[in-house]
Amino acid sequence: MKTLLEVKNVSKQYGTDTVALSDVNFSVKEGEFVSVIGPSGAGKSTLLRCINRMIEASNGEIIFDNVNVQGLRKKELRRLRTKIGMIFQHYNLVMRMSVIENVLHGLLGYKSTFSGVLGLYSEEEKKKALQVLTILGLQEQVYKRCDQLSGGQKQRVGIARALIQNPKMLLCDEPIASLDPNASKIIMDYLKKISSSMGITVLVNLHQVDVALKYSDRIIGVSKGKIVYDGSPKKISEEEINTIYGSEAGELMIEVGGK
Amino acid sequence: MKTDFFAKKRRQSLLILFVLVLVCYGSIILTDYDVAKGFTSFPMAIDWGLSNFYPTEASLAKLPEILAELLQTVLVSIAAATVAAVCAMLFAIFGSSITKVNNFMSTISRGIATLFRNIDVAAWAMILLFSFGQSALTGYFALFFVSFGFLTRAFIETIDEVGSGSVEALTATGASYFTVVFQSVIPSSLPQMISWVLFMVETNIRSATLVGILTGTGIGFLFDLYYKSLNYNVASLIVITIVGAILLIEYISNYVRRVIL
Amino acid sequence: MNLEESTKIVTTNTPKKFLTAGTNRIKLRPLTKASIVVRVTLMSLLLLTLYGFLTFNYAGVGLFEGIWTMLGNFKTMFVNTHFKHFTFGTALYQVLITLGLALLTTLFGAIIALFLALFAAKNLGSSYVSNAIKGFVAFIRAVPTVLWVLIFAVSAGLGSVAAIVGMTFHSVGYLIKAYSESFEELDDGVIEALRGSGANWWQVVFQAVLPSSMTYLISWTFLRFEINFGVAIAMGAAAGAGGIGYEMFMASGFYLDLKEVGAITYFILTFAILLEIFATKIKGRLKVRM
Repeated sequence: MKTLLEVKNVSKQYGTDTVALSDVNFSVKEGEFVSVIGPSGAGKSTLLRCINRMIEASNGEIIFDNVNVQGLRKKELRRLRTKIGMIFQHYNLVMRMSVIENVLHGLLGYKSTFSGVLGLYSEEEKKKALQVLTILGLQEQVYKRCDQLSGGQKQRVGIARALIQNPKMLLCDEPIASLDPNASKIIMDYLKKISSSMGITVLVNLHQVDVALKYSDRIIGVSKGKIVYDGSPKKISEEEINTIYGSEAGELMIEVGGK
Repeated sequence: MKTDFFAKKRRQSLLILFVLVLVCYGSIILTDYDVAKGFTSFPMAIDWGLSNFYPTEASLAKLPEILAELLQTVLVSIAAATVAAVCAMLFAIFGSSITKVNNFMSTISRGIATLFRNIDVAAWAMILLFSFGQSALTGYFALFFVSFGFLTRAFIETIDEVGSGSVEALTATGASYFTVVFQSVIPSSLPQMISWVLFMVETNIRSATLVGILTGTGIGFLFDLYYKSLNYNVASLIVITIVGAILLIEYISNYVRRVIL
Repeated sequence: MNLEESTKIVTTNTPKKFLTAGTNRIKLRPLTKASIVVRVTLMSLLLLTLYGFLTFNYAGVGLFEGIWTMLGNFKTMFVNTHFKHFTFGTALYQVLITLGLALLTTLFGAIIALFLALFAAKNLGSSYVSNAIKGFVAFIRAVPTVLWVLIFAVSAGLGSVAAIVGMTFHSVGYLIKAYSESFEELDDGVIEALRGSGANWWQVVFQAVLPSSMTYLISWTFLRFEINFGVAIAMGAAAGAGGIGYEMFMASGFYLDLKEVGAITYFILTFAILLEIFATKIKGRLKVRM
């Protein structure tokens, strides 16, 4: 299979002494389902956002679909972003607007500023939005305001907004961190299905190791801004998980032991 | 330990009380305020009001003239708040930390708003008298400047409260800056902004009376005219119409708020 | 559910519930009461503004030439500032008088409002008394401050007494509303717990209500102080209360000295901004979100 994304020697520094990422290298193939795991504050979010340049990396090279992301100018960057869908922990929907309007927001990257500002969509596009919503089982919620939905439903709207972009890759930043186990399973199942049946590459940040092991083709372990594991979920050992989570896992053990 | 804590608290309260009394005493001296007269004037005023300050049948003849001036004053207040809201929207978008273009523009926007907000409406009226004379525009611009300053701050807070989540999401889809603003920031904050504009209209009508007295325009001028000519019957009728207008506007804006927020 | 299957269902024909009535177009949002009210409000504001601009009594002053003179005047005011009829020291003294007016009226207003607000809060008193006070207060606030001052001035004479009584009156109205709403936001559980332990009304007020709402009360009072500074300037100008407002009124209406008006404006601006910074600091320290 073809390589879709290549991250080479990427570093990110805030100010002079806070290092979020240091010398990160990895690549992702088309259609792969990759989980990035690690404790909170390890740099997972920063890593994800460097890929579509929501955060500018300080050093290194990112190649997406044979394009050097770092070198892109404003307009080209917008075009690149249309090819990368993004899903967030807090859904990041416009809560006062209807579900279908939020889904159509995924098309704004393709639009001129004029029709974007006025929110003008063609019938074809609206039909596509309905279609995506049906795929995600939201056909009854189309005209609800987003603040009336449950957490799981909100995240499905978020996925619909990303899917309508017709993306080659989805970046998911802690998609299930605010959800209950039941809703989490539904969301992860959808992401897996999107990856396997639509051939869309999925790169997902997770801090639940068990979920990552269950769904991923590959695991990338991040600790203190560095990649400490990159390989199959089947081969990862308990020891390696401990390295990724460092003292945090150790504390967890003690807590369990104490009980 | 315990007694210490309570003793310390009591000492602190006493100190604050002492400072307040001192400042209060200083202010009384400074402003030349006659405390005794203050107390006696209150029942006197009520007594006088009940026996003089009410409309008579003769004063009702002036009602059409009063209502025409009142309408003008209300329109000036609404126009000032509405136009100020449009300008404030622009400045708030550049000023808010979520939608700012760069830090320089943000500081400038906030600075201008601070300037306009902190010059009182009465001061603006006296400044603008030089440029517009006894035209309705004096009052309009005085109200406009203050509304603009106030609304810019209120709108910045509104946008900040909505949060950066949906802005981030829309930027990540590749949408341009103005598309993000119009599809995410404005729809999220519009109801709260409308609520602020309605509040501004209420405030403006109150201020407009004052501005009218200072600049000789609108309902304030009319009141001043009858007040100074000691025609308290008509003056009281004017007060009643102003109160009616303000309560009506308050009622409407409370209704709108209830439905949209 | 199979992805391909569901795709086919929708592409063939759009169910009727997704279409705008009477057309073949898919609708984007339902017409709710809220969205209608938003539109009606915006349209009314717009139309009333336009109607206003068409019917204003311009008194022969053109809008654009007026703005042009205004810009010129601003330049004279703020660039060629000078003192002629009084000195820097006098101006400072006059600002202090204005501050004094604001302080007294805020303090008097706060004390009176505190007691009345306890009875106006629905969770502390009877709803009958509460409604009576709130209705009365709404009336007090509906009368502009300047009118209260002028009404009191008839019996007390123009001067600081009328100004202070009138301004206090309006402050009381404002603060009762703010205070009683702060009281009403209190957690009912606290009051219930104390009542249950046999505390009487005054004990509940002093041990639970006031301590838990103190930060709100303080920030509302400071906000009113800020407002009263502006009102005090206005009363100096319009109701002979003295202070910097009166000086400005003289410089503007009597001496017609634009440059001196500029100097006074600088004074007002400096003190108002200092007050705003002070109030923000206090609010920040009390960690109040209003």
